[in-house]
Amino acid sequence: MTPRLLGAVEDSRAGNKARREQKSSGERCCVSKANCCQLIYQQLLLLKMKLYCLSGHPTLPCNVLKFKSTTIMLDCGLDTTSVLNFLPLPLVHSPRLSKLPGWVSKDGTINLGKELKECAGRVFVDAQPEFCLPERELLDLSTIDVILISNYHCMMALPYITEHTGFTGTVYATEPTLQIGRLLMEELVNFMERVPKAQSATSWKNKEIQRMLPGPLKDAVDVWMWKRCYSMQEVNSALSKVQLVGYSQKVELFGAVQVSPLSSGYSLGSSNWIIQSHHEKVSYVSGSSLLTTHPQPMDQSSLKNSDVLILTGLTQMPTANPDGMLGEFCSNLAMTIRAGGNVLVPCYSSGVIYDLLECLYQFIESANLGTTPFYFISPIANSSLEFSQIFAEWLCHNKQTKVYLPEPPFPHAELIQTNKLKHYPSIHGDFSSEFRQPCVVFTGHPSLRFGDVVHFMELWGKSSLNTIIFTEPDFSYLDALAPYQPLAMKCVYCPIDTRLNFHQVSKLLKEVQPLHVVCPEQYTQPPLTQSHRSDLMLELQPPPMPYRRCSVLNLPFRRRYERIYILPELANSLVPSEIKPGVSVATVSALLHSKDNKHTLQSVPKPPPMPPSKKRKRVIEEPPVALAPKPMLSGAVALEAFLATLQKHGITEVKVEETADGHILHLQAEDTLIQLEEDGTHIVCDSEPLRTTLRDLVLRFLQKL
Amino acid sequence: MPEIKVTPLGAGQDVGRSCILVSIGGKNIMLDCGMHMGYNDDRRFPDFSYITQNGRLTDFLDCVIISHFHLDHCGALPYMSEMVGYDGPIYMTHPTKAICPILLEDFRKITVDKKGETNFFTSQMIKDCMKKVIPLNLHQTVQVDDELEIKAYYAGHVLGAAMVHIKVGSESVVYTGDYNMTPDRHLGAAWIDKCRPDILISESTYATTIRDSKRCRERDFLKKVHESIERGGKVLIPVFALGRAQELCILLETFWERMNLKAPIYFSTGLTEKANHYYKLFITWTNQKIRKTFVQRNMFEFKHIKAFDRSYADNPGPMVVFATPGMLHAGQSLQIFKKWAGNEKNMVIMPGYCVQGTIGHKILNGQRKLEMEGRATLDVKLQVEYMSFSAHADAKGIMQLIRMAEPRNMLLVHGEAVKMEFLKGKIEQEFSIDCYMPANGETTTVTTNPSVPVDISLNLLKREMALGGPLPDPKKPRTMHGTLIMKENSLKLVSSEQALKELGLNEHQLRFTCHVQLQDPHSDADTLHRIYTHLKSVLKGYTIQHLPDGTVIVESIVIKVSSSTEDSNTKVLLLSWSYQVKTWTLFLEGLPMQSKPGSSANHLVIESLF
Repeated sequence: MTPRLLGAVEDSRAGNKARREQKSSGERCCVSKANCCQLIYQQLLLLKMKLYCLSGHPTLPCNVLKFKSTTIMLDCGLDTTSVLNFLPLPLVHSPRLSKLPGWVSKDGTINLGKELKECAGRVFVDAQPEFCLPERELLDLSTIDVILISNYHCMMALPYITEHTGFTGTVYATEPTLQIGRLLMEELVNFMERVPKAQSATSWKNKEIQRMLPGPLKDAVDVWMWKRCYSMQEVNSALSKVQLVGYSQKVELFGAVQVSPLSSGYSLGSSNWIIQSHHEKVSYVSGSSLLTTHPQPMDQSSLKNSDVLILTGLTQMPTANPDGMLGEFCSNLAMTIRAGGNVLVPCYSSGVIYDLLECLYQFIESANLGTTPFYFISPIANSSLEFSQIFAEWLCHNKQTKVYLPEPPFPHAELIQTNKLKHYPSIHGDFSSEFRQPCVVFTGHPSLRFGDVVHFMELWGKSSLNTIIFTEPDFSYLDALAPYQPLAMKCVYCPIDTRLNFHQVSKLLKEVQPLHVVCPEQYTQPPLTQSHRSDLMLELQPPPMPYRRCSVLNLPFRRRYERIYILPELANSLVPSEIKPGVSVATVSALLHSKDNKHTLQSVPKPPPMPPSKKRKRVIEEPPVALAPKPMLSGAVALEAFLATLQKHGITEVKVEETADGHILHLQAEDTLIQLEEDGTHIVCDSEPLRTTLRDLVLRFLQKL
Repeated sequence: MPEIKVTPLGAGQDVGRSCILVSIGGKNIMLDCGMHMGYNDDRRFPDFSYITQNGRLTDFLDCVIISHFHLDHCGALPYMSEMVGYDGPIYMTHPTKAICPILLEDFRKITVDKKGETNFFTSQMIKDCMKKVIPLNLHQTVQVDDELEIKAYYAGHVLGAAMVHIKVGSESVVYTGDYNMTPDRHLGAAWIDKCRPDILISESTYATTIRDSKRCRERDFLKKVHESIERGGKVLIPVFALGRAQELCILLETFWERMNLKAPIYFSTGLTEKANHYYKLFITWTNQKIRKTFVQRNMFEFKHIKAFDRSYADNPGPMVVFATPGMLHAGQSLQIFKKWAGNEKNMVIMPGYCVQGTIGHKILNGQRKLEMEGRATLDVKLQVEYMSFSAHADAKGIMQLIRMAEPRNMLLVHGEAVKMEFLKGKIEQEFSIDCYMPANGETTTVTTNPSVPVDISLNLLKREMALGGPLPDPKKPRTMHGTLIMKENSLKLVSSEQALKELGLNEHQLRFTCHVQLQDPHSDADTLHRIYTHLKSVLKGYTIQHLPDGTVIVESIVIKVSSSTEDSNTKVLLLSWSYQVKTWTLFLEGLPMQSKPGSSANHLVIESLF
């Protein structure tokens, strides 16, 4: 071995090492130099996906998902349970309510008699009821690009979000969701505005004072954030931002993200949402049902292959079977009527009421209730009943088939036609003259704090012949009844909640197999009152990521790929070579265009010949990015074959020496060394033409990548 | 090059029996399956033998899409599916699915029961055919199979009419069916998003017309009816049960209300009342105004329009009667016509197109003596009026749709050849896109040039984007280099390093070393340092290292200096570099090697590499 060769080999090792070092130091250098642009990239392209949780109510969610460069609000639920702390708003003057004693602290130092009234041992705020809004401080709401609504119950906070926050985005909802949601908002505004209460109560919200109050007022949270109801003008403005979508419609957001609503089976037009790019998929499951009621069945299969599944809106009554409750509802109703009493059903004006009416349609004759009047009283009663008949596309198969006949899909049309069911906008007007007892009244609001139901509570509460049947699961019936105590009327609690129960949801999750599940913390432990029921919680592997109001979660995504489009001209110029059976590779050097979050590759145009005088300067000024780099090499050079090739090219005088890692070939006539190893070849040669020849010969044995 | 092929089996340079075959991305789709009103023989239906000579069509079609319920778009469907044989999916919107079987049954009754034809589809066949129908919702993306997706858009022509976007990979076609770009009394205007299809297949019924405003036609119509009523005449309006009938009813209803008219308006029994019901239940498919007010006032619950009884025709005094069918070829409209034809105070208004051979067609052509069955002749004395209310896009509307969808090619069907020719010229001129108008059985082939979707590794994309300087600057494209891996159906673009790793290959390092002599009297260390400082000044933006062991490193280039054993003024420069080295040219240009002429080793090195 000649000293020169040794040195050369050593140098080559140093070179390799240097190259490795260079690589790492180069990266470091890149970070420091391109620091800011890299940061931009992390945000624009690779950003972490985050979930901001603005509501703690598991069935009235409001979350914000930052997905790629898009900020998406998922639902806009309004927590109305706060109204239970207020006195009911009577439609006509109620001597009982106006005579309630004001509240004075036990030691007599605090007198809030004007704001707080005592009734049957509980304290109520005597003012217009207020709602608990989604958190508005956790992130800047004006940065929200879109709001996705899953069903009409989950959009009631919309005006608070879209108005007065600088929101400039778009709201997406299905047509029934928009129409019925509008009706429910209209109803809410109407309930509040027709019995205006000038007085506002704020003194009790003082932290020092609130501390002194009896529960549950004492424990109410964020009371300073509570807000009065919006106006119709705000509702109209908010809803003008809604863009309608159909199930399985693919909506592109800024080219980066695609969202698509799926049937969720819970109510007319209710949807779950898929939020995805080419390589990531988030499913948002909210208020879904597997029971066969009136809506189109739930689309489960489209939820498959999700990286993250956000799960909200499970049943609030995990132990109550909806069918059983429906039976109980009917039998209690019949019993009361037969005994000469009236039945009051506090309910929302859309949703389960359609099923109740359908159930009664079948039940009335068999229970001999043919002559009993059924009243549905709400400012939106007529609209709700009419709208339910025109959404054939959104109904279950049976109801769709009826429309083809053509017949109205819901039998309440027939109940109305035969005068068995009558609807009125309020207790005033026609109703007061046409009203006959005993009867059944469906009316709102289920909280018993406002709406026509307040009147019936005052009217019928004192007689034990009458019955109130609770069917809506949103409010605790004991809390709802508290300001009416003492009460003689019978109370029956038949909450009907058709949303998924824990058994159904675990089956669903097994089926659709999301990589990660995010859910309200309430779902990760059994209910407080039934702490031994481990079947009333989510048990998953890996365990679900719980959230609560004001949580900010980093969603576990490993984004590795992005979609890019190779333009046809470039695609045609690529030359693939087969590396393994079924696997081909082609080297690509192309121009990258990035616009509107879409990336395309096109052929590099031939550079125009540059004037030689300027060449040097230009080249140095602009880094040589336009030059295609040499490909990486792979494979090994087989000794025998290589020697044979050399021979073919007239190089015959080769001395082969075996080394630890391979061979060294000494081309004696040419004074050239070739070191052949498994993972490398080193050519030591001072003659340029020969080196080029040798290089090309070696390259023949290697694959280029 | 991928191609899309379009072959009309019907409606190619013609109106009637719409049936268009599209082959796109290996999928075959039939658009509409209509019958021709003008023929009673084989030509009534599209020639399905074009698809296959022997037997069933199921293997040759991936799906059938029906645009709306008019018989020239769906009249051949039961024949195709039940008699020729097709078991695949048939798509149509909900209203079309509801109304189409009723019209088919009506058509069957007239053909078989009245005309006594045999070898026609039966009621059971209509039912069996409808079982194969899958309802479509507007804007819903329906995945027919893994590759083929379709999406319906509102077309406005009749209740439930849809345009459809058909997509396979990045190739797509839009078929308009019949559409209307201006909202009318009961329907909204057609709309489509900027979906940039490869081909837009559009109807062209009114290819050469720019129609006067609909308001004018409506005023004319009302004036004529009103005048006739005023002078005590009876007005007969032959209609088809669905579509124009409802529009005209709304028109008369509001007119009656406004003018406080008392003359009765009747609707011939049967279908029509049922038809109004469809409009009530599918109110979401009507125009915005009707949808908005339907709770307060359902436009399809008519106060002034009552069901007709055959005996009313002889009642004295003025009246207006809507009766089916619309071409006066049979049924109630014909019976009433016979009764009223003799009185010149009466009037018949034909609101739509009449096929040759029908009485409607004859009287519209001015015939005043009609031969009836049993050699009787009928003198036509009543006034005959024609008013086109059919809702098709006119030339302006077609151009408007092209602007909306931005197609790459245009293809016209459902129109007359001469008129198409005119419109074709206009389209090619205004939009500089190719416009085709194939005749029946003629295939139009359009080559598409789709981009290839590839998954790029984020690392590579990030690296390449970061190289481009402060970003993102869409105007300044950046060059990127990578390796495309093609495995099964996936295409991945990754960096070469990652490609090696993913394919489980070892990198093979190829290095070169050579010696260059130069004259330099300084010490070895000084020479090296001079080279180092020189390189530093020339190679800006590169990391150049001067290691303590006496080497200078730029990228993978290693430089060492030693003195020649013979002559200490002659330095031997040892250069070693790898195959992939990038800075080579710059490096060499920067070398201070003008000394020792004759030894042009440096030049050799340059040329060997570039």
